[in-house]
Amino acid sequence: MLNLSVNDLHKRFGALEVLKGVSLTATAGDVISIIGSSGSGKSTLLRCINFLEQPDAGTVSLNGEEIRMVTHRFGHRVPADPRQLLRLRTRLAMVFQHFNLWAHMTALENVTEGPLHVLGLPRKEALERARLCLDKVGLDGIEAKYPAHLSGGQQQRVAIARALAMEPDVLMFDEPTSALDPELVGEVLKVMQQLAGEGRTMIVVTHEMGFARDVSNHVIFLHNGRIEEEGAPDRLLDESRSERLKQFLSTVRK
Amino acid sequence: MIDLIQTYWKSYLWSDGFNLTGLAMTLWLLVLSCALGFLLSIPLAIARNSRNPWLWRPVWLFTFVFRGTPLFVQLLMIYSGLAGIHGIRHSPLLWSFFRSGFHCVIVAFVLNTCAYTTEIFAGAIKATPFGEIEAGQAIGMSRATLYRRVILPSSLRRALPAYSNEVIFMLHSTSVAFTATVPDLLKVAVDVNAATFMTFQAYGIAAVIYLGVTFALVALFRRAEHRWLAYLQPQTVLASPRPKELPC
Repeated sequence: MLNLSVNDLHKRFGALEVLKGVSLTATAGDVISIIGSSGSGKSTLLRCINFLEQPDAGTVSLNGEEIRMVTHRFGHRVPADPRQLLRLRTRLAMVFQHFNLWAHMTALENVTEGPLHVLGLPRKEALERARLCLDKVGLDGIEAKYPAHLSGGQQQRVAIARALAMEPDVLMFDEPTSALDPELVGEVLKVMQQLAGEGRTMIVVTHEMGFARDVSNHVIFLHNGRIEEEGAPDRLLDESRSERLKQFLSTVRK
Repeated sequence: MIDLIQTYWKSYLWSDGFNLTGLAMTLWLLVLSCALGFLLSIPLAIARNSRNPWLWRPVWLFTFVFRGTPLFVQLLMIYSGLAGIHGIRHSPLLWSFFRSGFHCVIVAFVLNTCAYTTEIFAGAIKATPFGEIEAGQAIGMSRATLYRRVILPSSLRRALPAYSNEVIFMLHSTSVAFTATVPDLLKVAVDVNAATFMTFQAYGIAAVIYLGVTFALVALFRRAEHRWLAYLQPQTVLASPRPKELPC
């Protein structure tokens, strides 16, 4: 049974403590939305889970296997075993705010890249899988195009297909619609909703309260690097106890 | 003029009857030094961007020295200077290598073009969009895979216009090879001038051949850019069937 557990994560950038002990658990089929104002540590939390940022303290474990950390000679903490880290990362896929597609590869090559060169799948199988993933995000027929020749919404859907092609345990989204024109947000959210409907495990940092309410089964409100309040979406969004959450919701609903 | 061409065209183009000469020798020098310089420059460009001072400092020094001194001076030091160094003169292996003018020219050219190419590639590597690197890390690419699949392919492509310049400069630089007795295009022109005293014509023919090669190189690199930099072009240009319709 899938289990991602993040325990008491701390992260500081110089004097600024961005995460002050955050924990969360996701089991198969969970869709967790992380909300909060900018600077609250949402993206940093997500980036610490797959070690794009190295947490200063706390643990991340996937299916009971904890990522071992050691203290580097300059005093910061780094993963002890690079191979263990790479293995974790292949199980956690990430979709970025700015898509981060590889500009010199076509849409199809962006999606086959992981299966071919990270998972080591045979070419035929990787192609099949990539076409399936592109199909799933509603993008058949744009295979040969380069990212620069696609709309923002299409680029983000290619990025989602790229993540799906890894067949990860957990899909992580870092504000996937924040860089999109308002009329393109819908197509990306629809794909994400469909993925959640398939029972995929997802952790989503988002400003889309509608998505948080309708699609996720758990919402976490981060404030100043701590979990201020969390719970089922309806309870949290309609009957929030925390003053700060009420304040936050009133500004995003304006 | 016609006489001159009829007598010497073979020497200008490929052979004086005994050796590779003229254009063929110039192209051989160009291809050999650019190919070796290219292969060496990739690891050096990666080292140049390393955070480890033991890696990047020596590379910085190397490129500083070889970009900071004229190629002609470098060639003189290697061709004439090394022969005066006891350790080289009396080491059979080293001396059998450096006794040849051709070898000295190749060593000087490779080191020189490698220094420039290293800086071109190092700059392009540094300019790789960080998001693309993170995307690779996030799906579990190792450092080697990241370089092989993302960083190098994208930065070598972006370096193509600057690199084509370097190759053309190198073509023109091959003309100093004649001072080390290598019978390149300029050496043929010098000899023809000495034999006929038709100075303008003798050098003029060499100039026209250099011009022709430059033209061919420019065309070649334009094709390469059309192919490998397609992702930077607007789609309307991509849709056009022939590369010569590129606006640049």
